[in-house]
Amino acid sequence: MEVLRIENIAKSYSGKEAVRGVSFTINEGTIFGLLGPNGAGKTSIIRIITTITGADTGSVHFCGEPLNEHSPELIGYLPEERGLYKKMKVGEHLLYLARLKGLSRQKAKEALNYWMDRFEIADWWGKRVDELSKGMQQKIQFISTVIHEPKLLILDEPFSGLDPINTNLIKSEIRRLRDEGTTIIFSTHRMEQVEEICEEIALISNGKKVLSGHVDEIKNRFKENHFEVELSKAENLDISGFGEIIEKDLNRVKLHLDEGKTSSELLLHLLNKGHQVTAFREILPTLNEVFIKQVNAKN
Amino acid sequence: MNKLWLIIQREYLTRVTKKSFIIATLITPLAMGIFFVVVGFIMSYEGGEELNIGVVDEAGVLRGKSFGDDNTTFFTTLKIPLEEAKAAAVRGDYDGILAIPPIAKMEIKKYTTYYYSDGSLGLDKRMVIQKRLRNHYRDFKIEELELDKEKMESVDVEIAFQPEPLKEDGEKESSMGAYVKAGIGGALSFVMYMAVFIYGMMVMRSVSEEKVSRIVEVMISSVKPFQLMLGKIIGVGAVGLTQVTVWAILLPLISLMVSFFIPVPDTGVDPAQMAAAGVDQEDIIYQFTLAMNELGELNWLMIAPMFLIFFLGGYFLYASMFAAVGSAVGEDTGESQSLTIPITIPIIIAFYIMFVAIRAPHSTLAIWASIFPLFSPIVMPARLAFDPPFWQVALSVILLIGTVIFFVWLSGRIYRVGILMYGKKASFKELAKWVFYSSK
Repeated sequence: MEVLRIENIAKSYSGKEAVRGVSFTINEGTIFGLLGPNGAGKTSIIRIITTITGADTGSVHFCGEPLNEHSPELIGYLPEERGLYKKMKVGEHLLYLARLKGLSRQKAKEALNYWMDRFEIADWWGKRVDELSKGMQQKIQFISTVIHEPKLLILDEPFSGLDPINTNLIKSEIRRLRDEGTTIIFSTHRMEQVEEICEEIALISNGKKVLSGHVDEIKNRFKENHFEVELSKAENLDISGFGEIIEKDLNRVKLHLDEGKTSSELLLHLLNKGHQVTAFREILPTLNEVFIKQVNAKN
Repeated sequence: MNKLWLIIQREYLTRVTKKSFIIATLITPLAMGIFFVVVGFIMSYEGGEELNIGVVDEAGVLRGKSFGDDNTTFFTTLKIPLEEAKAAAVRGDYDGILAIPPIAKMEIKKYTTYYYSDGSLGLDKRMVIQKRLRNHYRDFKIEELELDKEKMESVDVEIAFQPEPLKEDGEKESSMGAYVKAGIGGALSFVMYMAVFIYGMMVMRSVSEEKVSRIVEVMISSVKPFQLMLGKIIGVGAVGLTQVTVWAILLPLISLMVSFFIPVPDTGVDPAQMAAAGVDQEDIIYQFTLAMNELGELNWLMIAPMFLIFFLGGYFLYASMFAAVGSAVGEDTGESQSLTIPITIPIIIAFYIMFVAIRAPHSTLAIWASIFPLFSPIVMPARLAFDPPFWQVALSVILLIGTVIFFVWLSGRIYRVGILMYGKKASFKELAKWVFYSSK
């Protein structure tokens, strides 16, 4: 089921075009990476989805209907720049934010108890926000984003400033929420995290979508027929007629396979030549490589 | 609506439950009370020292009567020559000698008396002694010149000014009316002026704090920027009303208590002399009762609700402007100053016009300033006690409401852009641009 359908949205601020005709759809229960260099227009797109601003043209459908005043109650948004009311007590603060998302006092309390137990911070209820460390504040901020069980969760650089333990905690929460059916938009420029977490991505550059699709599919699309072979002795390796060697060391070879040749043919050829092959795999480009290549190409 | 209510609640409760707020609200009137007690004591302080003054009456002005003591100054009439008296003072029998030289001529106005002492005489005491000498000389001359004392006193006339209505059934005003009305008008205007500043600034600071701490982006992903701004303005306004109400109750109570503490200052004139001079103590009480009556006579049923309307109108008008400025500036407080000055100018001008309004409430300036919406919240309260014509109040309220709606709308448009705008120097030109950003 489609949770979000964005069609040809554009937004400009006093003449400067921040978003120029972007479209994509996100299905329920997907972790969707919204990628792009700084200033590409990611935040502008997120602000349109969260109804903070409106698109000049184009449309956004959320759960089958156009964005409306009740949409924010089904969306959880963790902005890159975090902020809380410093003087408020943790419990009151979370309760306040939950109620602004439309939860009744009773329901908000229950949800809050659940999350505070889950994050083992039940005894923080009466603490003032500015008494907490930055990492602790991030936990609070994360709870405030998910407390109303949003259908769509938008996380903008959720791991920035988190220690490895909390990063893992949040990561596993993200996966758990996805498994329970939450759709997640994950905005970042940390590519290794994207590969680890995201299933689908859209790459934004200069206000335009330059690339989108399934992560594996994209990697396949941008593969360059590179293979890595590990064998007992790489010295007298001859692959003429199949391709050329890019890199070679003692028992590992990186090679490029010619158009029209298949990997099986190459492997067969190697075996026939009497090489002892211990590993044979295709080298897919990292998202980072795709990212840099695409962004540079468009500029 | 529900969300707006939640915002108002938070803005209100976080402020009124703060220790600093409770302390400021309760302590301010108390501090003012203590201030007046202290000032009262200082003003009524009589130097503390006791003075023994010997009086050598060579002129016979006293005619054997005593000079008249008070709490700290004692006079002894000496029947010895001046030189001997001085010698006694040198010995330490007296702190000083007051010498009244013989009177050579009765038909002149100016006489000189002498005070011999090594210490100087305080200003207060000197005035008291001079006043008493004048009375003694006067009594003496009335007798010596064989004048009729009663006739003499009737020459010093006092004029009361009693306004009367032209028509029989018109409202009667006491002679104190104008003063009481001016006092009430000035007080109400002053409250308005302070409230606009204090609570308007509070809104501005709070808005820019939310922007700087970045909570604002979380907030507006749940509520509309306009709701957030309006909730804050209403919440802080409610805080203002709470504080003003508490003060309005506490101040009279405390001033009543203060009046028990302050000793009635000694005028240096005993009641008998006061009566002789035509100053009746009962008259003061009479004037006071007159003023209180006048206060009671005021049309409070009109003044109180109208003041509330102008209070709310003025507050909303200026608080929304302050909110817009708060949203436009970030950490840089210098920036906010250059943007707040244009807002404070009309407030300050209105405050000065208010002084004209209480002196001449039906002057052209007062009338039009009390209708012009940027001034009316401060000038109209000053005129309320003077029974302004209905059409003026009505026109003023209608214009004010219209202007408030316009400025809240305008500020909302600036606010929604401003709170998300970082690192851009805010100028009025920039703010004006934001107003026209699409609202979609």
